[in-house]
Amino acid sequence: MILLLLIIIPLIGGLAAWLSDGKNNTLPRWIALGTLMLDLVLVLLLWKEHAAAVSLLPDTWLVEIQHAWIPQLGISFHLALDGLSLILVSLTIFLGILSVLCSWTEISERVGSFHLNLLFILAGILGVFLSLDLFLFYFFWELMLVPMYFLINLWGHENRVYASYKFFIFTQAGGLLMLLSILGLYFIHGKSTGFYTFDYPLLLGTAMSPSASLWLMLGFFIAFAVKLPMLPFQPWLPDAHTEAPTAGSVILAGLLLKTGAYGLLRFVLPLFPDAVHMVAPIVMGLAVAGIVYGAVLAFSQTDLKRLVAYTSVSHMGFVLLGIFAGTTVALSGAVILIVAHGVTTGALFMLVGMIQERIHTRDLGSMGGFWTTAPRLSSMGLLFVLASLGLPGTANFIGEFLVLLGAFPVNSTMTVIGALGLVLSAVYSLRIAQRVFHGTTRADIRMPDLSVRETGMMAIMIIAVLWIGLFPQTILDTAKPVLNELECCSNHGEPISAKGGGQ
Amino acid sequence: MMATVPMEHGLILAALIFALGFVGVLVRRNIVFMLMSIEIMLNAVGIAFVVAGARWGQPDGQIMFIFILTMAAAEVSVGLALVIQLYHNLKTLDADAANSMKG
Amino acid sequence: MHNYLFLIPALPFAGFLILALAGRRLSKTTVALVGAGSVGLSALLTMIMAIEFIGSQGETFTQTLWTWMKVGGFSASISFTLDALSLVMLFVITFVGFLIHIYSTEFMQNDEGYSRFFAYMNLFVGSMLTLVLADNLLLLYLGWEGVGLCSYLLIGFWYKDPANGAAARKAFIVTRIGDTSMAIGLFLLYANLGTLHIQELMHRASAEWQIGSPLALAAAALLLGGAVGKSAQLPLQTWLPDAMAGPTPVSALIHAATMVTAGVYLIARTHVLFTLAPIVQTAVAVIGAATLLLAGFSALTQKDIKRVLAYSTISQIGYMFLALGVGAWSAAMFHFMTHAFFKALLFLGAGVVILAQHEEHDMFKMGGLRKRLPIVFWTFLLGSASLSALPLVTAGFYSKDLILWQAWSSPTGGLWLWLAGLLGAFITSLYTFRMVFVTFFGKEKIALSMKPGRRMVLPLIVLALLSIVGGFVELPETLGNLPLFSSFMSGVFPASSEHAAGTMEQLLQIVASLVAVSGIGFAYILYIRKPAFTEKFAAARPVEALRRFWLSGWGFDSLYDALFVKPFISIARIIKHDPIDSGYDGIVTMNTALHRVLSKTQTGSIRWYAAGIAIGVVVFLGIVIILS
Repeated sequence: MILLLLIIIPLIGGLAAWLSDGKNNTLPRWIALGTLMLDLVLVLLLWKEHAAAVSLLPDTWLVEIQHAWIPQLGISFHLALDGLSLILVSLTIFLGILSVLCSWTEISERVGSFHLNLLFILAGILGVFLSLDLFLFYFFWELMLVPMYFLINLWGHENRVYASYKFFIFTQAGGLLMLLSILGLYFIHGKSTGFYTFDYPLLLGTAMSPSASLWLMLGFFIAFAVKLPMLPFQPWLPDAHTEAPTAGSVILAGLLLKTGAYGLLRFVLPLFPDAVHMVAPIVMGLAVAGIVYGAVLAFSQTDLKRLVAYTSVSHMGFVLLGIFAGTTVALSGAVILIVAHGVTTGALFMLVGMIQERIHTRDLGSMGGFWTTAPRLSSMGLLFVLASLGLPGTANFIGEFLVLLGAFPVNSTMTVIGALGLVLSAVYSLRIAQRVFHGTTRADIRMPDLSVRETGMMAIMIIAVLWIGLFPQTILDTAKPVLNELECCSNHGEPISAKGGGQ
Repeated sequence: MMATVPMEHGLILAALIFALGFVGVLVRRNIVFMLMSIEIMLNAVGIAFVVAGARWGQPDGQIMFIFILTMAAAEVSVGLALVIQLYHNLKTLDADAANSMKG
Repeated sequence: MHNYLFLIPALPFAGFLILALAGRRLSKTTVALVGAGSVGLSALLTMIMAIEFIGSQGETFTQTLWTWMKVGGFSASISFTLDALSLVMLFVITFVGFLIHIYSTEFMQNDEGYSRFFAYMNLFVGSMLTLVLADNLLLLYLGWEGVGLCSYLLIGFWYKDPANGAAARKAFIVTRIGDTSMAIGLFLLYANLGTLHIQELMHRASAEWQIGSPLALAAAALLLGGAVGKSAQLPLQTWLPDAMAGPTPVSALIHAATMVTAGVYLIARTHVLFTLAPIVQTAVAVIGAATLLLAGFSALTQKDIKRVLAYSTISQIGYMFLALGVGAWSAAMFHFMTHAFFKALLFLGAGVVILAQHEEHDMFKMGGLRKRLPIVFWTFLLGSASLSALPLVTAGFYSKDLILWQAWSSPTGGLWLWLAGLLGAFITSLYTFRMVFVTFFGKEKIALSMKPGRRMVLPLIVLALLSIVGGFVELPETLGNLPLFSSFMSGVFPASSEHAAGTMEQLLQIVASLVAVSGIGFAYILYIRKPAFTEKFAAARPVEALRRFWLSGWGFDSLYDALFVKPFISIARIIKHDPIDSGYDGIVTMNTALHRVLSKTQTGSIRWYAAGIAIGVVVFLGIVIILS
């Protein structure tokens, strides 16, 4: 029941925010905030329950509900939560609250419908992280797409129409391939067992020919790779991120990209272990190419927001590398990096939003010397820049390190090239630091420091980044049962861990 | 019993009238004439139905013709309304003038 | 008392937190108290620990704070280990650090970034202490990157000048290249030995790897990559001279005494790996020898007093690498300690000189400061003597002599390494006294703009004292035979090669002493007795060309610029607009063209559509008839 509430509350809250839109612009904001706070309470309850149930068997779900929906076609309303979903659901609520907060002054038109869209996206994302029925999953997958399209199209910046189309077409094309694969899986399973169902646990371990498995896997994989984004599918990302309003960018980078990673972890790896094993070297190559390519492109941008957008390509390359390396260590790294990237890149996008609100441009050439006039913004910004270059002590370091550590025994060449990304990330990150915070202050720019609301938001995120950087064990333990299962199903590259547990 | 007209003759007549009406639609630019040509085509179809009904000795063909008649009446009323609107807006009866849907 | 080990790094971190969160609202006195006080307390704690450590017969002690991460067989914890090696490092870092903090309270007095400066400095000390106390390589890596960050922040401390920012970025990126190599080394070690815990790692490495096995070679080489980056050795030495853009106390603490020797520490800490990889160990020695010569020659030509010291630092770390390369582990650490004393002293002295000469860095525009700044002069002279290894009375002599002797006598050493060291020693005393003579002797050229206060002079005196007596903890067999330092280190390092003590050692000592003294004498002739001749000689064409070449640090900067920086930037510029996106644009263009063609058919003429329908019907009917 709690899972259903988790999804329904934002939907109702969104409608309420929409209806409350009137002369008073702040009412919808408060409604949206209150809604998400309610969800936060639910998530905290889930954590509490989870803490009590750590010793659960790995293959049982922490919370689960299942109702028949369209039984004739084997479609059920099946939601469930395990450690991995719990982490991602928490991230969703966390970034959801922050994106409501960061739109507080940025959005001043059609506030009600803005929050309607925002909360519907969040509901869609929560649904994606929770559904266990493939049909339902597809439904939520599309549900988060449409409001995001509106968010970019209606509240975005100069080039928003182009960007929103591009975003929609790319993700929709991927989504359709996934639909085909879902149907293919449905029929293959139905044919072989005579029992037609979309239910994920039942579909696990469906027997199929290697080529069928490969094609079905590719359908899923491409849908998720577009979202992630993997290298040849990334062009939608910079445009969408750059043109979206701040909240949109935060959700895009922090959550929407993560649905791709989640899909890979939840569906692609367990459903098609052999096919995954087959394509893993190629995918790892593409992941590494993405790391390097994204980093070089990030360095060459002059639009700060676009720069941050390209860093996402680079970072998600690490996530993909970790997922397809498939060892527990690498998978744990990927999970940590998912969270870390969500928080740091979200923070960087907020920072760009704050700067843009003040100086009305995102051009790096018009920035510089903010440290003198806005020390709080600059020091907090610098911290996130450093986090994004993977400084030890921040969450990103744990993620990147574990990914590379876990990927090394599987494919050391790729890992070494991927480690090159560590150097390149320093190159582009320090460029941000130099061009934005350091340098001479320009006299023609008025750059007031952060307000209390903004300081509070950034402080929360800083605490999150450092906390995960120093005490990642909570997340690692939460994700562990799921990832152990995954390693078993992607049965390759047994790490040397058998030799001993370190200290 | 009356000597029956062979079905082919009736059908050829229908086809000829249909083609005549169709050519009228294509070559005429005045929309009133086009409407009239459409009526001719409808009637050609009616003939074809009657002939077919006679051929199989069934009343359906003639019933169908009655349907066509009523439909033609309705169609003409709508069509004429459109003609009046067209004239009202464009001050001409030239159908080619109404090409704002040009791609 | 051991249970308070964590406080040693925690105190500076706490100082950083206070200053970072509330520094703006605190008065300068409070900031200075927090900044210097936290390091001072750490130094005090280190003293107490040291006494207890020596009392407990050098027992290694580990304190685990919490498990950092533990996943799938990999685990790393936040835990600190105290042994002789880390204790020496601790001592130098906290004690020299404390002195430099005191100095800075006056040096930075009028800077608007006062609290920011101390916040960064404290963060640095905390990270450095973490680095040396870490009991696993991952935590060491955390400190390693942390000090790199602080170095970046402090080089670019005066952020308004883009040149400082560029120098800071250069330092960070160049060292990051080394760091990445080290990270890969960590992956390799974990993948093959299954742990990153240092003691355990060394244990397993020597148990599982043969001497000279490819894995050991690769691991040692990768770690060496990290070490050369951090310690500014060939081929990653280019960042250090530029790093002088930071405030002088920073140069003294980070770019002379502590951080740049992290590479030495890393190799010493993982010496087992290097003994398993003799080729790499030889490479360490060769890199050290080459660097010490290269940097020495460059130092000869610099005019900026801080750049002389920067190249000198590179050169002296070259000595430490040479020592590591010949297996003289404790000699390297010994030289690290004495070098920290005298080089910090020289930097601090130079800082006073620069401050007193209206921010002038060019030594040749200074002069005659001997009478104006007597205390600075005398302390600077002592530091210089120590750097030049003036025989018998200076600390530098004992440490450098030990290195030279072992470079000769160690089985992995040899004549050529010894000769390189010897030549280096000559150059060292030459450029050192060139600096002393030019700066402090001759005519007074610029009027003094300030006199150093007590807080600046006191550290100078203490460090000068240490630069002299610091060497007496390790006397060679020929001169008193008091190996306190190496016996202190014996718990960590294997005993270095047996001394063939006797006439040979004595002979070499005499040669080295003569060389050092003759360097000073040579400098005296060139810069005091016959400066006119020197100028004429330097202006001669081939000499001038060579001078320019050395001045630019052997052209490494332009080489790397042409090899890496420029290509990278042009590639970045070429692909700025995402060529992959252009591929998708191709699809878009194709579709647009297609849609243009198709939209031509939509004429809007109803007769056209009617004709279209008719033709379509005819065509379809035709197809149907033909097919049936």
